[in-house]
Amino acid sequence: MDFNDTPEEAAFRQRAQAFLAAHAQPKGSQTESLQKRLSDKEYMLAAKAYQKAKAENGFAGITWPKEQGGQGLAPIFSVIFGQEEAKYDAPAGPFTIGLGMCVPTVIAFATDAQKERHVGPALRGEEIWCQLFSEPSAGSDVAGLKTKAVRDGDDWVINGQKVWTSGAHYSDWGIVLVRTNADKAKHKGLSMFFIDMKSPGIDVRPIHQMSGGSNFNEVYFTDVRVPHSQMLGGEGNGWSVALVTLMNERLAVGGSPGPDYKEIFEWAKTMPGQDGGTLAEDQSFRQKVADWFVRAEGYKLAKFRTMTALSKGQTPGPESSIGKIITANQLQDITHNAMEAMDHFGIITDTAYAPSEGVFQQSHMWAAGLRIAGGTDEILKNIIAERILGLPGDVRVDKDVAFKDLPSGR
Amino acid sequence: MNFDFSDDQKYLKEQARKFLSEQSSMTTVRAVLNDEQKSHDAALWKAIAEMGWLGAAIPEEYGGLGLGELELCVLAEEMGRSLAPVPWASTVYFFAEAIKIAGTDAQKSAILPKLAEGGVIGCVAASEGPGEPRAATLKTVFDGTSVTGMKVPVTDGDCATHALVLAKHQDGTSLVIVDLTGAGVEAKAIKTFDPTRSHATLTFTKAPAQLLGEAGDGEALLQRIYDRAAVLLAFEQIGGSQACLDMATDYAKGRYAFSRQIGSFQAIKHKLADMYVALEIARSNAFYGAWALSSDAPELPLAAAAARIAACDAYYLASKENIQTHGGMGFTWEVDCHLYYRRAKLLAVQAGAPSLWKEKLVRRLEMRNAA
Repeated sequence: MDFNDTPEEAAFRQRAQAFLAAHAQPKGSQTESLQKRLSDKEYMLAAKAYQKAKAENGFAGITWPKEQGGQGLAPIFSVIFGQEEAKYDAPAGPFTIGLGMCVPTVIAFATDAQKERHVGPALRGEEIWCQLFSEPSAGSDVAGLKTKAVRDGDDWVINGQKVWTSGAHYSDWGIVLVRTNADKAKHKGLSMFFIDMKSPGIDVRPIHQMSGGSNFNEVYFTDVRVPHSQMLGGEGNGWSVALVTLMNERLAVGGSPGPDYKEIFEWAKTMPGQDGGTLAEDQSFRQKVADWFVRAEGYKLAKFRTMTALSKGQTPGPESSIGKIITANQLQDITHNAMEAMDHFGIITDTAYAPSEGVFQQSHMWAAGLRIAGGTDEILKNIIAERILGLPGDVRVDKDVAFKDLPSGR
Repeated sequence: MNFDFSDDQKYLKEQARKFLSEQSSMTTVRAVLNDEQKSHDAALWKAIAEMGWLGAAIPEEYGGLGLGELELCVLAEEMGRSLAPVPWASTVYFFAEAIKIAGTDAQKSAILPKLAEGGVIGCVAASEGPGEPRAATLKTVFDGTSVTGMKVPVTDGDCATHALVLAKHQDGTSLVIVDLTGAGVEAKAIKTFDPTRSHATLTFTKAPAQLLGEAGDGEALLQRIYDRAAVLLAFEQIGGSQACLDMATDYAKGRYAFSRQIGSFQAIKHKLADMYVALEIARSNAFYGAWALSSDAPELPLAAAAARIAACDAYYLASKENIQTHGGMGFTWEVDCHLYYRRAKLLAVQAGAPSLWKEKLVRRLEMRNAA
């Protein structure tokens, strides 16, 4: 047992570190993050320049085939780059979904000419992609989507609404899953297209989240025309194409999504406790710190086990689905306890008064969304139960019924 | 990154599982459960000794196999899975490890070779009443040559040949070795929550005793022993937790209610997924403890505390929800669920309950941060 890189991995890590030192600022080296310091427009320019630099230095498409402009390396190298990148305030966010999920789907199903046109610009950060799957009535059950495409000559005409689309407002292209046949059963009447996000009839509107911010969009389609040649995987095969997209969800490599045991414990040394001492001296609080430590370390070490499997050339299983269940719930629990520990003062979000500039309050809001985004706790537990433990699927009442005859409720 | 056991260690684990599935079946476990006179399965103990497991991590010069602590971890996991009714943990994780880290050459030569052969059964006699044994409350006294007092409960105390006894000595506490077959020792079996492992009261009346380690260093040495044992116990707990999860999963696939497999209901799926997540957290922390233990890393105290807490949580959850998944059948004597529920509790309170370890963990975290 050891935690060392192989010589090849160590050399790659060193190259990654040198690249990052030259192209990004270490986290915490500035009082405010890059995204806060820059306007939206400036941030996007910085992100595109950063992605271009990655492509020029061999850190874009690390696991993609060389003939597509990738590096043709094993997944462990992508994890190593992610580990190093997570130490920096690097503007990589706008490309995560496009390069992680959308473009790999294009590579898998598009024609050579289409790949020639789209893959390079995406890798170099010249074009950004978004993913249009979820709908108001199709979240966890995404195959229940209603946005429809009707054939008209060489085109299809799309009408409907997508929701929770990250980055739709700055994306150039998107992959969109639509219903092309409502007479077939739910999963069988779907098709996938890639689409120009500047097409007439696409209306992107930001969602006002409960946290106050707007990180996601609703996307309305009104008579949007898309050429038949931009269908991926053939008519009626949309569901299998979507599964390829979702399988490409990159391995979670980052740290925690907000304050963790370290931050709350440090902070607790400055907070009053119940018996005249500090919060960090309170017995009940210390018991919780131990629990948080055990979960945070457990998750970090589980990732080391995944890396070990990758390093040996094995494919890690769906075990990685435990990650978000742990981190999202832990974030909610830690921030909840921080706010309650402050007593009445915990309600303040005004940064003039709130300790740590209100990071606990902000993260407590965000945690509620994190437990839902990208697979709810419940869906992730179903995945663990069915794919890891081998339990039977739920009884399906929609399997052999035409989609148009299914009850849809609200 | 090589954060996993080696192929040889995995092979040893596989062999151990096969051996124990034959030699330590539920029939063996229940023979001890159902017979109040029976402290352990003597035939299984002999067989384990013959396999060399008792001396697996004992150096060859003292009659052991000279393997490392990682090999002990994989054996521990399988012993835990099989609920083996033998004084293995007391003898190997606590007693042998204590002699290894603190014994004189003479003590090692006198004890370890016999232990590796199965002729020495060890135990830890620390507790005298509810709560963590502390210098201020201990009544058992060591006078330099003999020990007097009463210890309760002592896991495996009625079948052990040797005990590590925590006693008041001079101004502090010392850890002493007592030959239980000698004079001044009375062992009396007592009933506990887990009858598959025997427990006793040990009463010492001027029983000859020899010091282990430094005089006055008893509590600190016991903690060092507990830190090592915590990692090994964690693997035993993981083995038990995995057995519960496997059992509950099998049952959920085979049991029908409302005309469908109960495992198709999300109420059951999510329960089992929670067990899986807790087990993965426990396993990952235990792996780190194993690394720290086997490499004598300064991280051991913190890693051991995390391994212990996660393993206690996982086993408790797995053992209680295994019963729940089985419904009424789970509450019967015949179905094995209760055996794990019992063992989970024993392993959680032996060597310090999780709430004590949580405080230890946070203190160790503070020390690490201060360093």
